[in-house]
Amino acid sequence: MSNCSGSELHWLVPSGDFTERVRELQNASGIEGWTLARDLADRRLDFMQTRKLDRTVQMLAERDAPALPRLKLAIIGSSTLDHLAPAIRMAALRRGLFVEIQIGDYGQWRQAILDPISDLYAFAPDAVLLCHEISALISEQPLASTDADVATAIGDAVRDLRALWALVRERANAVVIQQTPWRIDPPLLGHMDRSLPAAPRSIAARLDIELAAAAQADGVLLLDLNAAAAETGTRHIGDIALWHHAKQAISPVAAPWYGDQVGRILAALRGLSRKVLVLDLDNTLWGGVVGDDGLDGIVIGQGSAAGESFAAFQRYVKRLAERGIVLAVSSKNDRAVAELPFREHPDMVLRLEDFAAFEADWNDKPSALVRIAQDLELGLESFVFIDDNPVERALMRQTLPQVAVPELPAAPELYARCIADAGYFEAVAFTAEDTQRNRQYVANRARKSLQTSSTDLESFLRDLEMVLTVAPFRRIDLARITQLINKTNQFNLTTRRYTEAEVEALMNNPDVVTVTGRLVDKFGDNGLTSILIGRPAGENGESAIEIDTWLMSCRVLGRHVEEAVLCALANEARARGAAHLIGRYRPTPKNAMVKQHYRKLGFHPFDTGENDGDDELWRLSLGPQPMQAPAHIQLVLTKEH
Amino acid sequence: MDRNRIIADLTEILRDALNDDALVVTPELRAKDHPEWDSFNHINIIVAAEAKFDVKFNTTEVDGLRNVGDLIALIERKTNKAA
Repeated sequence: MSNCSGSELHWLVPSGDFTERVRELQNASGIEGWTLARDLADRRLDFMQTRKLDRTVQMLAERDAPALPRLKLAIIGSSTLDHLAPAIRMAALRRGLFVEIQIGDYGQWRQAILDPISDLYAFAPDAVLLCHEISALISEQPLASTDADVATAIGDAVRDLRALWALVRERANAVVIQQTPWRIDPPLLGHMDRSLPAAPRSIAARLDIELAAAAQADGVLLLDLNAAAAETGTRHIGDIALWHHAKQAISPVAAPWYGDQVGRILAALRGLSRKVLVLDLDNTLWGGVVGDDGLDGIVIGQGSAAGESFAAFQRYVKRLAERGIVLAVSSKNDRAVAELPFREHPDMVLRLEDFAAFEADWNDKPSALVRIAQDLELGLESFVFIDDNPVERALMRQTLPQVAVPELPAAPELYARCIADAGYFEAVAFTAEDTQRNRQYVANRARKSLQTSSTDLESFLRDLEMVLTVAPFRRIDLARITQLINKTNQFNLTTRRYTEAEVEALMNNPDVVTVTGRLVDKFGDNGLTSILIGRPAGENGESAIEIDTWLMSCRVLGRHVEEAVLCALANEARARGAAHLIGRYRPTPKNAMVKQHYRKLGFHPFDTGENDGDDELWRLSLGPQPMQAPAHIQLVLTKEH
Repeated sequence: MDRNRIIADLTEILRDALNDDALVVTPELRAKDHPEWDSFNHINIIVAAEAKFDVKFNTTEVDGLRNVGDLIALIERKTNKAA
């Protein structure tokens, strides 16, 4: 039984018949091969098994390219890093991402960045991970050093790194990920270290704080190795003998753990983090079975350690909602019985209004989860399913392999830790939208009940009292815009991904038309839900705007918001003298829902003869009159950046 | 621990690490006898053996290894002491 300690990936299922299945994988191909590869990557493997799987997967990739999002990662640093690559690749595959890795030459990290024609830049990475030990950044400081001396040394080191980050971003146009510097040296005075500026623990703590602030300011992502390792136990992560043998700061034994830390950041960068937490009730949110034990018999709240553990878990779930995770319930219960504790038990932390979906019946849970996914208009790969019952977990994994199902420990006090360690909800940005998301989905439930009560669609839409505020990209929205560009899969016409730096460049380019749409209705603020990028495109001497990117959040579908957004874009394009709008649909496995998007908006298909792959091109002539927004949406235009 | 058992387990580790399912492990086998046995795989073999036999080798012990026979003897000594 897993106990959530050490560097083991305790939330994954045990390796089981790994040896036989990996042999099968050596001869597998196509979708079958990649399904098996992902299944194996989702098991609790040690570092040798991880290497073996990685080797087999690399061979599979040579036979059959995976139909998965891809990312090129360069890793450079001051220690030996080669042994970490297989685990990073497998951790990414676990999350549905295919990663190619280039490892810089040992000890050459600075040259790799400074030399404009280095292998690093030739590789054209999407992300660059920098890994250092403290000793590579700051020389040993005499113990008598003053606070000011140490501050100067740390300030110099951070300034130096920032200049290098800037170079990487400028030359490679890549996202920079900085690992917090690993401390090899043990303390000198023990607990007193912190009062001596030059002692190892002092320097480590100070460097971490300054580096984190610099990363935040520069838009660099942090791989907070030190914090993560402190929770796991640093001696499970680094092995001083291996540092002296091979300059490995991270032990191969901990490679699967390290790989998972990196993999979750890469997945978040590509918008593959999970979005919804679906919770069982009996023995998951409270102890006991409410249908058998009754309202008074369930264990929750003060009075017992178990009751406090369940309450603490509910508080953790509530905080997840606060940071942008959508909550749902799937319980095998009569609905009234399932709702009873939420309505009447005084010690419950979670309330019915915290859930965007609530499925309680006696049918199987995979069908309940599919219904929730349809309700919320989110793909199954957005879901995490939490259930104390191993049979339910196994059924879910077998029926819906896209859903993440952690091996919950048989101890409520460890549920929160299990979910946190699994890294399902890793984020690369945190915006005001995130704090509102669960509330918005909950409000959608109310909208849906209005929909069923309104007799016709027209009156339903009118009753919503929608106001769409349209503006160009604004600095304040950059993080949210970048987040949407990188994680929207379904309502996304071209699925082009841009880094924040690229979005900023688009914002500042006067030739590019950028549009954001924010929708408010009588149930609340839906937030930024529409993003458009238009680029000038001439054809036959006539000026046109090509829609490079058009994406919308699925929660505002079916409300004619796209017509209102088009209206704003078309009128801006007319004002710039464009005669046409050109739309492009680039099919992906996930965006079939917008295949007819441009046809519905009155565009006509055309073929330039120089078509790029499966892209479909559409054209809309802009008439002499400005376009009108749909009657039930009030359009508010904001001009300033 | 029984010597034959150690050799069997080490064979599995070496075959895995060196990606060579046909490898025959003898006490005389040295790193330079196998093209895949570089410093990177050397560490993998040591660490995998530590995990497999639940022992820890210090730097002096690892530096002193000349061939597989030395590694077998070291594991024998450590596992028998533990038992």
